[in-house]
Amino acid sequence: MGKSINIIQSRAVPLTIENIDTDQIIPARFLKATSRDGFGKNLFRDWRYENGDEQKPKAGFPLNNPAYSGKILVAAKNFGCGSSREHAAWAIKDYGFDVVVSSFFADIFKNNALNNFLLPVLVSENFLQQLFDEVQKDPSTVLEVNLEDQYIKIASTGAKESFDINSYKKTCLLNGYDDIDYLLNMKPEIEKFEKQYA
Amino acid sequence: MGKTLFDKIWDRHVVKTIAGGPSVLYIDKHFIHEVTSPQAFKGLQQRGLKVFRPGQVVATADHNVPTLNQHLPIKEELSRIQVEQLKKNCAEFGIELYGLGHPYQGIVHVIGPELGITQPGMTIVCGDSHTSTHGAFGTIAFGIGTSEVEMVLATQCLMHTKPKLMRITVDGELNKGVVSKDIILYIIAQISASGATGYAVEYAGSAIRNLSMEARMTICNMSIEMGARCGMIAPDETAFAYIKDKEFAPQGDAWGKAVNTWRTLYSDADAVFDKELHISAENIEPMITYGTNPGMGIGITGHVPALGEIDEREKPSFEKSLLYMGLTPGENIKGKKVDYVFIGSCTNSRIEDLRMVAAFVKGKKKAGNVEVWVVPGSKQVEKQAIEEGINKVFEDAGFVLRQPGCSACLGMNEDKIPAGKYCISTSNRNFEGRQGPNARTLLASPLTAAAAAITGEVTDVRELI
Repeated sequence: MGKSINIIQSRAVPLTIENIDTDQIIPARFLKATSRDGFGKNLFRDWRYENGDEQKPKAGFPLNNPAYSGKILVAAKNFGCGSSREHAAWAIKDYGFDVVVSSFFADIFKNNALNNFLLPVLVSENFLQQLFDEVQKDPSTVLEVNLEDQYIKIASTGAKESFDINSYKKTCLLNGYDDIDYLLNMKPEIEKFEKQYA
Repeated sequence: MGKTLFDKIWDRHVVKTIAGGPSVLYIDKHFIHEVTSPQAFKGLQQRGLKVFRPGQVVATADHNVPTLNQHLPIKEELSRIQVEQLKKNCAEFGIELYGLGHPYQGIVHVIGPELGITQPGMTIVCGDSHTSTHGAFGTIAFGIGTSEVEMVLATQCLMHTKPKLMRITVDGELNKGVVSKDIILYIIAQISASGATGYAVEYAGSAIRNLSMEARMTICNMSIEMGARCGMIAPDETAFAYIKDKEFAPQGDAWGKAVNTWRTLYSDADAVFDKELHISAENIEPMITYGTNPGMGIGITGHVPALGEIDEREKPSFEKSLLYMGLTPGENIKGKKVDYVFIGSCTNSRIEDLRMVAAFVKGKKKAGNVEVWVVPGSKQVEKQAIEEGINKVFEDAGFVLRQPGCSACLGMNEDKIPAGKYCISTSNRNFEGRQGPNARTLLASPLTAAAAAITGEVTDVRELI
């Protein structure tokens, strides 16, 4: 992986349904691959297409609405609940999103997103509503996500909110470091730990 | 200030804590299966790494396997490739595999405990969110993504921040016909599908203490359905008795030593939790879900919420959910016709679940309008069921006893519920499409599912016992 992120300015796609679980993000029948690639085409498969048929896109679904585009997915609370499948994060990233904004993230999804350089941005319920309102009113609304300075801003209104991220993860994302690199460098310490632990 | 059960285990496993960041947590046991591991092994190969501690990893094939004719090659090509890939990876990296045909094969969260691999005080992970099941033994056990599977394979460690702690105390006596599945469905309905996100949950109280280990596993299993990082119960004599003499349990002198250590695993009287919740067992009736997340549960005599009972902001999600389920706001759930009954999954596929169902259906016949699948959690559960004649009871009732696997819980194999059909299921998730595209899932206990199998509709099991 190793792809760093910092400032993302983009339009957004709004998903106003709450409790979107990872089975919706990527249905189980698409988990049979043995590589990490190509999950984007099955992102929200059953919400995007009638009977899973690519020839029959469901008109009401935001990903099928040509007015909405961009690298930022804005989703209602408790996004990514359910299964631990990292395929959900792979699918969102592979589709072309770099940021997911919500007022509440499920734990495992958040970790999976971070491990794939997909930035989860946690905002207040009020700010989320503002985002939905602005993007739905004018789909060309541009959002700015700044990881270094930890804020998200609506370009047109100037409305801005800061978000939290732990400093270790922030450094990883800004520099393109993986947890596994960190852990591999710690091997001698881990071996030492095992000796006193046993 | 005293320590919680969680603190005691967590502190013992921290290799290092990064200032302002996560801790490096040492993992004792790592379970893997065919669906969430292939990309992790590929990652190791790309980096030229070995598995750091192969002896601490156990593999099985469960998510993708057929539950009929397991002796034949898997028909579905992609499923077969995944199962074969697991076999190759385990051989290459020196990992013990309980694959198809092995007497220990089964759902990963069923076999860990039944083999005595799961032991109090451990940290346990698996690329599966229902890893929380193992917390019933007083472990910190949680689901991880594939990148994390790779980290644990490579270093036996993970980087996590310590969650907040919640204690849910359930006191009192359970009503007739109410079992552990009802307790957990009740709790989730109370606090919602996100009510425990960010927390590790400890279950306590007399109603929990009185449960068997298998019943406790059902509760810890569904901790993730309210967003909890993990669920756990302090180990006690019930736990020790369950583990004793299991295949991989400590033997001889090691047993006494282990139990002495395990006896220290409880939350101290003065330990402080970030959040506490108290529930009276008497208030719980048989539960069932009506919606598309496990928090949308009601008592069997209750009704689907009317629109007026739903918060304005939540209405669009609620209405979408009911539209999917083909239910009307305000309608009673009892009497609703069902088409399928699924008894299985890592939540409810253990021998006690099968015994509970068999005791209830003995001498009864299934209704003509339902198809009933019973899928044991493991080869050992299947064997035991046959030895006890439970298979015969099911056969006489018109139930089909299949072979072990995750099956219709997530419909990755061919065990799918057809579109539009209602399935009363002992599994853990009622998400849209979970049991097959457009399938409609009603989550319930094995007893409530069995009652529906006999009557062909959602039934209050208390009227039949």
